[in-house]
Amino acid sequence: MLPFGFEWIWDMSHLVFMGGLWYALTIIGVGMAYCIIKAAVDTIQGKGAHHH
Amino acid sequence: MDSALFPKGVKRCPTWKFALWIGAVGIVLLWGVYAMLLCWLKGLNQTNMNDYYGFALWIWADLAVIALGGGAFFTGFLRYLVGKEELKNIINFAVLIGFICYSSALLILAIDVGQPLRSWFIFWHANVHSMLTEVAFCLTCYFGVLTIEYLPLILENRQIDKVPFFHNLGHNMHEIMAVFAATGAFLSFFHQGSLGGVAGVLFGRPFAFREGILIWPWTFFLFTWSAAAFGPCFTIFLLKITEKITAKKLVKDSTVWLLAKISGWMILTYIVAKTIDTIYWLTVTAPGAGYSAGFFYDNWFYNIGWLIAEIVVGGFIPALILITEKGRKNPTSLFVAVLLGVIGVSINRWVMVLQVMAVPVMPFDTWALYYPSWQEVATTILPVAYGIILVSLSYRYLPVFPNEVELNAAPEPVAVPETDPDMPAEAAPARA
Repeated sequence: MLPFGFEWIWDMSHLVFMGGLWYALTIIGVGMAYCIIKAAVDTIQGKGAHHH
Repeated sequence: MDSALFPKGVKRCPTWKFALWIGAVGIVLLWGVYAMLLCWLKGLNQTNMNDYYGFALWIWADLAVIALGGGAFFTGFLRYLVGKEELKNIINFAVLIGFICYSSALLILAIDVGQPLRSWFIFWHANVHSMLTEVAFCLTCYFGVLTIEYLPLILENRQIDKVPFFHNLGHNMHEIMAVFAATGAFLSFFHQGSLGGVAGVLFGRPFAFREGILIWPWTFFLFTWSAAAFGPCFTIFLLKITEKITAKKLVKDSTVWLLAKISGWMILTYIVAKTIDTIYWLTVTAPGAGYSAGFFYDNWFYNIGWLIAEIVVGGFIPALILITEKGRKNPTSLFVAVLLGVIGVSINRWVMVLQVMAVPVMPFDTWALYYPSWQEVATTILPVAYGIILVSLSYRYLPVFPNEVELNAAPEPVAVPETDPDMPAEAAPARA
């Protein structure tokens, strides 16, 4: 549920519940995005190609 | 045939033997899948649940695997946030067990809701006054975290690791794993707690209802505490079984003893709190609602034995074994302790789900005993078969145990000095 949804109400319950969900999803999403983008950059720069 | 996929330096059984093992467990898995399809295609009339008994075997299995899977978040918390470096030797296995437990919990819920295609409703049309909504949020997010924690292990497979991008990705994920571990600990604290909170706020069910702080009943804190306490027991329990089956030592004793010691102290503090909670409930809360203490155990099946089994046999005894050095360092008593711990927390979840439903609440009610249908049993055994298969595959192809090679290296032959055949026996060097 997002604030522009018809069910949304600006009260503490919605802010805490939905805020917590989006906060956790953001950390997970940003963390993974960082890892994937950095891995792509590292690969382009030739890192990890001769580790064996 | 598949030896190129094995972790470097380890030995595994022949492919035919492994295929036979997976096939045997796979039959059980298929039985569960058949029952699952029956529930999805024909509906929940395949179960013995009814309007009175809405929480049944599945919900117990759900709560039990979530508690037992707590070893992942607590070991991760100790390893990445507290800084117990020693636990790096067992963290992979703890994550694997956690991944299996949480994916099983979600699978059981997918069967239990009856309409899995509408699972997204709980996120989009959320009831923000329900503890179960919070459980659904945290459970799903934490499963995502567990997947992220398990992924680097897959990327470390000998063949996958040869691909530079996957090697770099696994390396980068390891580098910021503390962030994911912290998020996982945060999510686990709340969903474990809310599962307990669901029982504690049931003011219409005097067997479950508890007082608490603000909106959180005491059961909220007890559930989180017990998952952190008993989760590592389940990790050690499965580790010992894996070591027995593979006939190998997989984790250093010092690591197991450290985790067992922490688990023991957590269990002891938890069970003292649980005892205080139980005494207060039986002497103040329940009498205040018009129920005597004996009323809740006045049944041939649900008798006082359940309480003794949960608190004494599955609580104090494993705690006392694990906090003593002699107890946790003896392989037999260690195994008995972790087994009792696993049984203890499973009994706790059983009574907080099934006994809650069974105790009569109206003067005209009688004890409602419930017997699961075979479809419920099969779908509850399904995650066990799935777990065995995933552990087997991970053990065979992934470097789950970083110390396996050194712990199972063949002993170096002892160099024996040449002896002069003419030398008298008493003058020859002693042979070890």
